[in-house]
Amino acid sequence: MAIMGLPEEEYFSYGHRACAGCGAAIAIRLITKAAGKNSILVEPTGCIEVVSTPYPETAWRLPWIHGAFENAASIASGIVAALKFMGKDKDINVVAFGGDGATYDIGFGHLSGAFERGDNITYICYDNEAYMNTGIQRSGSTPYGAYTTTSPSGRMSIGKKEWKKDLIHILAAHGSPYVANASIGYPIDAYNKIKRAIETKGPTFVNLFSTCPTGWRSSTEKTVEIAKLAVDTGICPLFEIIDGKHVINRPKDISNLIPVEEYLKLQGRYKHLFKPEKKEGEIAFIQKRVKENLKLLLRCAECGL
Amino acid sequence: MGKQIMEASHAISEAVKMVKPGVIAAYPITPQTHIVEKISEFVADGELDSQYIRAESEFGAISACLGASATGVRSYTATASQGLALMFEVLFIISGMRLPVCMTLANRSISAPISIWNDHQDSISIRDTGWIQLYAETAQECYDLTIMQFRISEHRRVLLPSMVCMDGFVLTHLYEPLDIHRQEEVDDFLPEYEPFHAILDPKQPLTQGPIGFPSHYMELRKSQIDATKGSLRIIESIFNEFSKKFPVEIKNSRPDDYRVIEEYKTDDADIIFVAMGSICGQIKVVIDKLRKNGEKAGLAKIVVYRPFPDDAIRKALYNADKVAVIERAISAGANAPIFDEIRSLFYDDSRRPNIRSFIAGIGGRDVTLKHIEKIYYMVKEDKGKKEEWMF
Repeated sequence: MAIMGLPEEEYFSYGHRACAGCGAAIAIRLITKAAGKNSILVEPTGCIEVVSTPYPETAWRLPWIHGAFENAASIASGIVAALKFMGKDKDINVVAFGGDGATYDIGFGHLSGAFERGDNITYICYDNEAYMNTGIQRSGSTPYGAYTTTSPSGRMSIGKKEWKKDLIHILAAHGSPYVANASIGYPIDAYNKIKRAIETKGPTFVNLFSTCPTGWRSSTEKTVEIAKLAVDTGICPLFEIIDGKHVINRPKDISNLIPVEEYLKLQGRYKHLFKPEKKEGEIAFIQKRVKENLKLLLRCAECGL
Repeated sequence: MGKQIMEASHAISEAVKMVKPGVIAAYPITPQTHIVEKISEFVADGELDSQYIRAESEFGAISACLGASATGVRSYTATASQGLALMFEVLFIISGMRLPVCMTLANRSISAPISIWNDHQDSISIRDTGWIQLYAETAQECYDLTIMQFRISEHRRVLLPSMVCMDGFVLTHLYEPLDIHRQEEVDDFLPEYEPFHAILDPKQPLTQGPIGFPSHYMELRKSQIDATKGSLRIIESIFNEFSKKFPVEIKNSRPDDYRVIEEYKTDDADIIFVAMGSICGQIKVVIDKLRKNGEKAGLAKIVVYRPFPDDAIRKALYNADKVAVIERAISAGANAPIFDEIRSLFYDDSRRPNIRSFIAGIGGRDVTLKHIEKIYYMVKEDKGKKEEWMF
């Protein structure tokens, strides 16, 4: 039965070995449903690659390839070129997706190369904000204040000291016709964005916010709730940049935001902000930046930027 | 086109044009640039119908080749030195996935100190990555080996990547007479690409590049290594077929018959040089001179270095009293690589030649005829140390 009007076909089979409550597994189901049958999938090394392909088994019902950690975008470029050579490029979608480590950090140069060349690929980042496959290490996508095993909180440390890299705007600056931010908490929005990215010619990108209960130290049944809260607090606003112009989907203004505290307190990675004593200053700092960020996005959309 | 005077780099470009890869992905690096520039011109002028990806790095270039090859299209790249070092990780992945990607390597020293000049440290350092390695001495060999490498790599019982190694500057920038084969004959020798390996196709969804647990990894690696060893015979038969189909047109531009080990005057030789690449031309000149003085010298030129042609080397060196291995690469803190490999071939034999190691031409240092003659007499008169550096 079709759920929420999404295609019934499942191209990411049950039986994979992802953790209970894995947000990325939800992301992959959405990505493959949006991509459809005539697609080739490319994946860098990471959680989903590991849990889906224990040789000789596979969870993939679409052609799927994994090369290395940093080169999914380049492999995708090679596939697109090969399809072009064979005259099949109009019939087959090439969709790469990787975690934030592969996308924001180690594979960033190759992603930039593919976008600069204008290669007709869609790249989705299932963004769970750290190197989860290797055991929750800090990445360029890890948010300020989050505990990871390489940015631990401590007497001298608040967790990660830096704000998250703004990859979406960096890729938009390459002249991409379509980049977007989505969350598994809003699956229809995410599905539509992925579909639009795939249907748009040229290099397109969707950042898909995906809860990781194992890494975020959150309850497995709260995966979707947390992904929704990330949006409704303004931490992970849903927006698109279509041909260089911002469209803000949610939240549409800063007056009714849920306080970030509601989001932070559900996750063990932020527990040092609450215990042993509540760090009001830090929480206020995060709240302020989140609002400023959203204000800027809304202003961009208002001004037709 | 017939006979031409052509730069060896352009000879490679001509060969690539004639084998018609569907996807070419490359990044510029000295001294490989003339190869990819010429190929770019062919594509720009419509003489070559290929998708040419101007990659953002060598890592991107080789990864794009991986993707193209896995989609079932003939793919090609060229690089040198640091570029090859940057590709290192993907080299293993391509051979492990059994994808027949083909590469030209303009041999160049490895930094530091940074050097754009020639030695073999780049290709020797990646000898264990599972790529077939062929070494050219002349422009004609560059051209011929490039055509042959695609046949070899794509053979259904090989399915392994290959690289043709040519000495940077010494060969890449050298103009030599070259016989260009007719396109119809090249097409006949190397038909249009038909992949025999798994490809990415929505009509038949397959998973490529999965995770191999300890329960399976070893078997998969073993089957790859068996294919690598087994490729030697196939290389020999492809060399044979090529040599018959395309006989020598220009004297001394290549051997009459391509062999995995080219033997030059080894039959009655007491002292045999072992070397690979362009240096072999000079060694042959020295051998001719020595022979005029009654010295019985010969050369075993390594054309195929991986897979290592054990039997052919043993056969070539079997009757020699002494062997001088001249290498343009080193293994820090150990014996020179080829020297060690050749010595170990004779471990089980009761009769072993005396084998000596000579390091020469590192970082583009000239190797002159005098150097080679000196090596000969050092070996003959048992002078010097087990390993000598020919500064």
